[in-house]
Amino acid sequence: MSTATESTSDPVREARLRYLLRLGDTSLVLGQRLAEWVGHSPALEEDLGLANLSLDLVGQARLLLSYAAEVEGKGRDEDALAFLRDAPAFVNLTLAEQPNGDFGRTIVRQCLLDAWQLEVYEGLLNSSDTRLASIAGKAIKETRYHLRFSSGWLVRLGDGTEESHRRVQDALNELWRFTTELFAADEVDEALVAAGVAPELAALQGRWSARIDEVLKEAALVRPAAVPYQWHGKRGVHTEHLGHMLAEMQHLQRTYPGAQW
Amino acid sequence: MSNDWPLYEVFIRSRSGLEHKHVGSLHAADATMAVDHARDVYTRRQEGVSIWVVRSSDIVASDPKDADALFEPARDKVYRHPTFYAIPDEVKNL
Amino acid sequence: MYTQGLDSLGKECVHSSASDTAVLEERFQGKVDADEKIEPKDWMPDAYRQTLIRQISQHAHSEIVGMLPEGNWISRAPTLRRKAVLIAKVQDEGGHGMYLYSAAETLGIEREQMLEQLLAGTAKYSSIFNYPTLTWADVGAIGWLVDGAAIMNQIPICRCSYGPYARAMVRICKEESFHQRQGFEIMLALARGTPEQRAMAQDALNRWWWPSIMMFGPSDGESKHTAQSMRWKIKRFTNDELRQKFIDITAPQAKFLGLQIPDPQLIWNEASQHFDFGPIDWSEFQSVLKGNGPCNRERLEARRGAHEAGRWVREAAAAYAAKQRARAQQAA
Repeated sequence: MSTATESTSDPVREARLRYLLRLGDTSLVLGQRLAEWVGHSPALEEDLGLANLSLDLVGQARLLLSYAAEVEGKGRDEDALAFLRDAPAFVNLTLAEQPNGDFGRTIVRQCLLDAWQLEVYEGLLNSSDTRLASIAGKAIKETRYHLRFSSGWLVRLGDGTEESHRRVQDALNELWRFTTELFAADEVDEALVAAGVAPELAALQGRWSARIDEVLKEAALVRPAAVPYQWHGKRGVHTEHLGHMLAEMQHLQRTYPGAQW
Repeated sequence: MSNDWPLYEVFIRSRSGLEHKHVGSLHAADATMAVDHARDVYTRRQEGVSIWVVRSSDIVASDPKDADALFEPARDKVYRHPTFYAIPDEVKNL
Repeated sequence: MYTQGLDSLGKECVHSSASDTAVLEERFQGKVDADEKIEPKDWMPDAYRQTLIRQISQHAHSEIVGMLPEGNWISRAPTLRRKAVLIAKVQDEGGHGMYLYSAAETLGIEREQMLEQLLAGTAKYSSIFNYPTLTWADVGAIGWLVDGAAIMNQIPICRCSYGPYARAMVRICKEESFHQRQGFEIMLALARGTPEQRAMAQDALNRWWWPSIMMFGPSDGESKHTAQSMRWKIKRFTNDELRQKFIDITAPQAKFLGLQIPDPQLIWNEASQHFDFGPIDWSEFQSVLKGNGPCNRERLEARRGAHEAGRWVREAAAAYAAKQRARAQQAA
């Protein structure tokens, strides 16, 4: 497995690091959000389902952040990255940090991101970065199940009762504005596409859009109008939500600096 | 479960070559959900290559009261069991 | 195989006289004495059925409520590995609850009924989960002590007379072993850590020790159900026997950790080859059991809240399933 740990031999080291952090942070933040449901879901079966998703995402985060730490080459590990960076250093997609809201809102957020992860991981299967390709190979099996779960629920709720329909349509309308960021490529993405590491986002967008349209149709939901790109989580500019989440998540490591757990 | 989440029985084949085994039951609104729930509840440790879910109300079972009539006659037919026959030790592969 | 069909339950007793019942009871006890399993559609004394429903559903409720004190620390787990392990553990507990509800349903009670009993506060569950988890060390203490005590209780039940309960317990015991190791590992890391971490671990032990040994239930003399449950092989060892075994195993583990069990009368008895221990404050146990524990209200409110908040979701899923069935029929 080739990794890229020597700065002299990796011309795209900075971009690679950033890219790995974006993927890892998105999985971590989303996993953290889902874990909030444990013990509070609509049914015991859903407690297990959401915990299962959360566990998968935390697992992905660990692999991605560990690799990122190696690429960074400063002696940090997955925990140093997760627990000792402040919000501006996190580069997750803004959509991932949005609060859970009700079950419908969580499902909408999940479905949009599952469909995104599916495209990205699929695109990474043939990455010139064989370690990243391997991580994607493992993650994509999980993501296929996640999408089955979230899209299944979106359909049940969209085409369930009047109340459930209203709730998920509202959630969709509110969360849609965060989807423009999913495919907004910047210089990091461009550098990695050129190096054969990452798939081109524009190419993925069409498939993502078609898949979402299919699910929305089955769910009897209306696709909201397009909104301009204005959220920059992947560039470290977040909504207020991330700060609170990190304060909670990082509390122990911040309070007992240097301790082993 | 409230609002009609009927009961399903769950059968899992844990490895290729084995039969499906009954592992328990769960509630779900529809069959797809039942399979998903079965996966989440009964295959957390990779104990599954195949899942069957059946509505509990669709299962037809023998009545324990009929056990004698259904199963006792088989007890008399000992010639169905290999141990009934005395084969000399020198004969192999029998 | 068996069905959940309630209409055919106890078919044998519909037309039976008192003498028929006596014969059935004798046959039933004979099976139990011979260590044969009783399965769902077999004849069983009504008291046996009711005892099992009570015991299994209480056990299930305990697993479900037990997800809350530990779930409380998932978002604040101090490393990603600890977070992942804790999510997996809590997930397991939910799964165990499901196996047990499933076993209870074979006896003629519905999940919905059991849930109603729990949320209304009329069902009992293990008192231990009414204590708060105040520090990360509590998560370790729960794994080490509470799961340890649970395992001790559960292993004998793998051989209980009722088939579905025994099989559920076999499944649960297989999965339980990592739970205790996870807890002990957390305590070990703390005990070997900074002075603050050691103090955290000791504080957790101080708060969880007595509630843990109370988990085995009242002393044999005070326990009214024990004799009959032992005859029916629902219970295989007495409360005091299990409690003694637990203390004998755990005291050396605490010593290894360098932590002090908060019982000044805990001392090895060379003659009996057991640890002697101090008196248990049963008034606290009774109070917590009655609903006055530190977290009884919060725990139930949390589950009630989740159940209420999720009502529209469950209704939607049922409505969608009904629509699908109607569509399928129309298409046919």
